Amino acid sequence: MDKVAVTCESPSLEAQVDPRFGRAAGFLIVDPDTMEFEYIDNGSTQVMAQGAGIQAAENVSNSGAKVLLTGYVGPKAFQGLAAAGIKIGQNLDSMTVRQAIEKFKAGEVEFAEASNKEGHWK
Amino acid sequence: MDEILIISGKGGTGKTSLTAAFAHLAKNHVICDLDVDAPDMHLILKPENTRSHDFISGHEAMIVEEKCESCGTCLEMCRYDAIVNEGDRYFIDPLKCEGCKVCVEFCPAKAIDFPDRHCGSWFLSDTRFGPMIHAQLFPGEENSGLLVSLLRKQAKEMAGKKGLDLILSDGTPGIGCPVIASLSGVSLAVIVTEPTPSGRHDLERVADLCAHFRIPAGIIINKCDLNEKEAATIEKFAADKGIVHFGSLPHDPAITRAMINGQVITEYANNEFTEELTRIWQQMLQSLKKP
Amino acid sequence: MKIAVASGKGGTGKTTVSSSLVSVWDSPVIAMDLDVEEPNLHLFLNPTFTGSRPARMEIPEVDQALCTLCGKCSDLCQFKAISLMGKVLMTFPEMCHGCGGCLAICPENALHPIHRELGEIAWGHAGETKFLMGRLRIGEAMSPPLMRQVKKRLDEMQAASPDQPKDVITDAPPGVSCPAINAVMDSDVIVLVTEPTPFGVYDMKLAHEAFTPMNKPMGVVVNRAGLGNSEIYDYCAAKNLDILAEIPYDRQIAEAYASGVIISESSDKMKQIFLELAEKIKQKAGEVCRG
Repeated sequence: MDKVAVTCESPSLEAQVDPRFGRAAGFLIVDPDTMEFEYIDNGSTQVMAQGAGIQAAENVSNSGAKVLLTGYVGPKAFQGLAAAGIKIGQNLDSMTVRQAIEKFKAGEVEFAEASNKEGHWK
Repeated sequence: MDEILIISGKGGTGKTSLTAAFAHLAKNHVICDLDVDAPDMHLILKPENTRSHDFISGHEAMIVEEKCESCGTCLEMCRYDAIVNEGDRYFIDPLKCEGCKVCVEFCPAKAIDFPDRHCGSWFLSDTRFGPMIHAQLFPGEENSGLLVSLLRKQAKEMAGKKGLDLILSDGTPGIGCPVIASLSGVSLAVIVTEPTPSGRHDLERVADLCAHFRIPAGIIINKCDLNEKEAATIEKFAADKGIVHFGSLPHDPAITRAMINGQVITEYANNEFTEELTRIWQQMLQSLKKP
Repeated sequence: MKIAVASGKGGTGKTTVSSSLVSVWDSPVIAMDLDVEEPNLHLFLNPTFTGSRPARMEIPEVDQALCTLCGKCSDLCQFKAISLMGKVLMTFPEMCHGCGGCLAICPENALHPIHRELGEIAWGHAGETKFLMGRLRIGEAMSPPLMRQVKKRLDEMQAASPDQPKDVITDAPPGVSCPAINAVMDSDVIVLVTEPTPFGVYDMKLAHEAFTPMNKPMGVVVNRAGLGNSEIYDYCAAKNLDILAEIPYDRQIAEAYASGVIISESSDKMKQIFLELAEKIKQKAGEVCRG
């Protein structure tokens, strides 16, 4: 199965899903079959004056993940992720990374057609 | 958690004085001063126990004189007129440098450094009305979406940690980037306006911005008795745009006297003005409950 | 002579002072509104507009057929306006600061310039006064490039005919951030408008500190004098900063302003205050000429 990127507040499967995408603390890149994961710190995007969402989309795209699970994705990051062929599952905050992955494996995640968050610059 | 943002189109409408009074009336809240270009709320709220942090944002180009071969490439390529040339010497005007890195990249002598830009400080403090998040930039540095996002994030974390359920923010005037960054995703934007030609003109622009980002908006007409006809026009404008008119407040010099006393108006006086202000605050809270 | 009317915070009466100076100046002037986020000067001067043009900024467009996905442009871009996303090079036009770095660095000529609209530049006249203003598009965040183009238009106007007014009175954006600095940096003299309240004094100090490195003659106009305390006078005395005029606190002035009247035209007394201010500004500007 393709790798899944999940925004997370700390590097653990038991961490809460970070509701933010662009300014998420980090990403867990999870292999849903084995539940093995690697952690990508998203801290570098937090010091940029602008473009955190776009930077985060680049990070996810470079990680090789094909699916993203998170809370909210802004319109520009959405555009970027879509261009990179990454499927976007939103509104998955208020649960742990493990729970989000289980939900995805059970086929209960709906993939969005459009961004659910108004961007800063639209 | 709710987030109420007080904004105004133009400055000087009394936004900060009213926000400070709301900080007094509110319960269980964090105060956040996003008006980083003119951060005045601390003058009334007198924060204590301040924890200070550096604010770093972007980079700035700096020519290393010993390495510079005076070829003029940077001067030619900079679109911000930030390169100053005096004879053989080239240097960078930090006020004009946009931090785009073009000169750094294209300098054939690799003579331009690109260090982090230390733009100011941000603070976590305590006030008599609750915890407060605020910032102070170095002169000439600009408020940015980054700083506003950082302050809002700190406010949310502080509220989460202390179990508080409201963030009350003093927004920045205008309609530029920091305003947009402060508006996105708030529960309610309250526009403080005044019945002057500038006031109405700017109100229209801010109201458009709220509509653009689909933020529920309300207005308070401050100094409403200065021009009753104009005030009526503003009320009508709000009604047409589906903006709640929370109330109108008269021009009251007691606001300034309270400020000079280092107090908010609701601490300083107990009169019709403060009664109306309290009623307005209750109405703002009510409107948060509506779906 | 270029006079910039600035203020540390909004709402201190900057536009009141600019419009009144324009009205009492002894020769025709060019009135320029560089407060492009909230331009208001035209509301008082009521100019007849004779021309306008969009202000645009150069941004990149990708020719995907030529792009080899080398990533040099996206590595250089400091603003995330061009980004390599998997196997696609994407541009985000709203993020672009127009530095031109990507266009210059692309080894394949796969990028070519297109334009983004920043806002509008408009000009006209009110009697003998020439008028020029910029207005930022709603949702646009970058005012300095628009301001640069307004100033370019000013240069064109002055170059076009020798009988253009030689004095320029600029209404600058409030605050001490990048746009404010941008507006005052080419002026010959800076007039700081403030009010004697704690907010007013604090923000004026910030503005004074921010503008001091530019080494230009500066003076202060105290608006709503008598309203607050003496702190402003103590500060100006300590810093050797001349107080050029005091506009008394008067409810009638506030009402006149609210109905769009130029204050210097509201009474003989006010006219006299501004005539004296104009004279003092000329003296101030002369100080630097003598070195």
